Amino acid sequence: MSGREAAPSIFVPDTDTPATLDTRRDGTRTVMALSGRVDTAAAADLWSPLVKAAREAGAEGVIDLRAVSALDTTGATLLLTAAALGPGIEGAAPGVTAVLDRVRDALAAPRPKPAVALPFLARVGRGAIGLLSNTTDAMAFLGEMLATLVLTVLRPTRLRWREVLRFLDEAGLRAFPLTILLGSLLGVILAFQSAIPLRRFGGEIFVPSLVGISLMRELGPLMAGVILAGRTGSAYAAELGTMTVNEEVAALRVMGMDPMAILVLPRVLAGLLVMPVLALLLTLSGLVGMTLIMGMLGFPLVTVTTQLSAWLSLTDLFGGLFKAAVFGLAIATIGCRAGLSAGRGPRAVGDAATSAVVGGIVAIVVLDGLFAVAFERLGI
Amino acid sequence: MTAPDASAETVVTATALSARFGTNTLFQDVSFTVRRGEVFVILGGSGCGKSTLLKMMIGLVPPAAGKVAVLGTDVWSADAPARLALLKRIGVMWQQGALFGSQTLQENIEMPLAEHTTLTREARAEVARAKLGLVGLSEAANRLPSEVSGGMLKRAGIARALALDPPLLFLDEPSAGLDPITSAGLDALIQDLAKSLGSTFVVVTHELASILAIGDRCIMLDKAAQGMIAEGDPRELRDTATHPTVRAFFRREAA
Repeated sequence: MSGREAAPSIFVPDTDTPATLDTRRDGTRTVMALSGRVDTAAAADLWSPLVKAAREAGAEGVIDLRAVSALDTTGATLLLTAAALGPGIEGAAPGVTAVLDRVRDALAAPRPKPAVALPFLARVGRGAIGLLSNTTDAMAFLGEMLATLVLTVLRPTRLRWREVLRFLDEAGLRAFPLTILLGSLLGVILAFQSAIPLRRFGGEIFVPSLVGISLMRELGPLMAGVILAGRTGSAYAAELGTMTVNEEVAALRVMGMDPMAILVLPRVLAGLLVMPVLALLLTLSGLVGMTLIMGMLGFPLVTVTTQLSAWLSLTDLFGGLFKAAVFGLAIATIGCRAGLSAGRGPRAVGDAATSAVVGGIVAIVVLDGLFAVAFERLGI
Repeated sequence: MTAPDASAETVVTATALSARFGTNTLFQDVSFTVRRGEVFVILGGSGCGKSTLLKMMIGLVPPAAGKVAVLGTDVWSADAPARLALLKRIGVMWQQGALFGSQTLQENIEMPLAEHTTLTREARAEVARAKLGLVGLSEAANRLPSEVSGGMLKRAGIARALALDPPLLFLDEPSAGLDPITSAGLDALIQDLAKSLGSTFVVVTHELASILAIGDRCIMLDKAAQGMIAEGDPRELRDTATHPTVRAFFRREAA
């Protein structure tokens, strides 16, 4: 193409001499003479000296480019930054001038408008409005989900059972090893820690009831909830978040299919069904761990079981399992909502997963508090 | 039109390149040279291996056979320091921009400058501003990639490819997924940069308008032929090609 050969500016052989700066007085003028190849590496070295010299010289200075063999855009940025402090530029070859002109245009473009900081009161107001609309959205989501749940209970054939089974497998069966590990270690630790103070009063015999009640009523559902939030809530958020970012959810909606029924319900149902199982498994593994420690302390199995059957009731068991089911519902719902309300970009998926785990854990702790009050009032 | 100068420096030399995935041959025996200062276009239909060929030149996909030298360095036999030196001298614009989502456009461009140069923070900011100005994105400097349009993403991708002022730029599908006006704007930008900066561009595309607007020379790959079926000036190929697929491509016919 004609004209190309006139601009051998950016592509220069490495054998070309690297740039040097020579500042000298010439009468009243300060001449800053550059020579060689003013490329990115040279610009980095010459940046401070040239800017300093240009500032001192001001309008009396002149940047002499006669000996410059090549210029890249970083070099041109340096020259123009220095020239903006007062000195003129002279002696540039045509190829060098072409780059200089191009970068001058680029730098002349308007800068981005600085972000306007809102006054404090307005920030508080905006925050409050955001919180309110977020709460409204959450309520709407919950309502829509419960409505879909009721509709599905009325017409169970509508539910995609194959999906539910897949999620039951992912959230349940595959979480069993972790649950068993966590539960048995929890039982061991609890038994050990409580045996030490109880021994002072000769009350080691009460360790099984203490560990049994705390596992069955509180720790079983809670720890299973933490497992579900970490393993499954985050996975739901990431999966649905990616689908949202890729507009798959929008595609479903436009094809006249309800994302709530197709995507959310099978997951939430799986969370609801799987949690009592996980809580029970965790409690049982904990009791096994505790029994092991009791054996080490010299109490036979029969003592432990007698103690447990004397202190634990079915109410404790079902209360705990009911709590677990509610936790599962909450964690799965929060995970799905975090995914479906994801923003744009890869970061949105990460944010959704984080908010699913944090939201899930906060929710189960708050719910646990409410349950404690309710159970106390009901005398359970 | 200047006659191809025999002494013109070659920037890329590909010799008998082949690509294979398992037992499936994508292309074989592809040889070409890219000369300094030209806009070289690799074209072809979907699935012919254009992007794979590009990835061989930038060191991401090893060729099944053949050699490729970029800026005098053999991409696949160079030792690590030589390879790093080469990577600093090429720029790549990815199909979707591939900008880092957690950083603003300005920060995206400052990153390679911070990594590979000794420029101070203020100098980096000024240089990044110049690069964004070159692609016409000055006002979007503080926005995140998720907050700008597709055309702006590609422009920002070019600005980041220009960060270290490489003499050679690879562009993967610069006009794919853009409207004709934005696409034409991007073509004008590429021509403008080639002309004012004198850099060499290797462009992978299948947009006919783009090829005719920016391409100095091109090669065409074909899936059925498993290799190169044409080489030359795209405007001449449009008028004189005899190969049925090449004719169909340039005349927008169903082959």
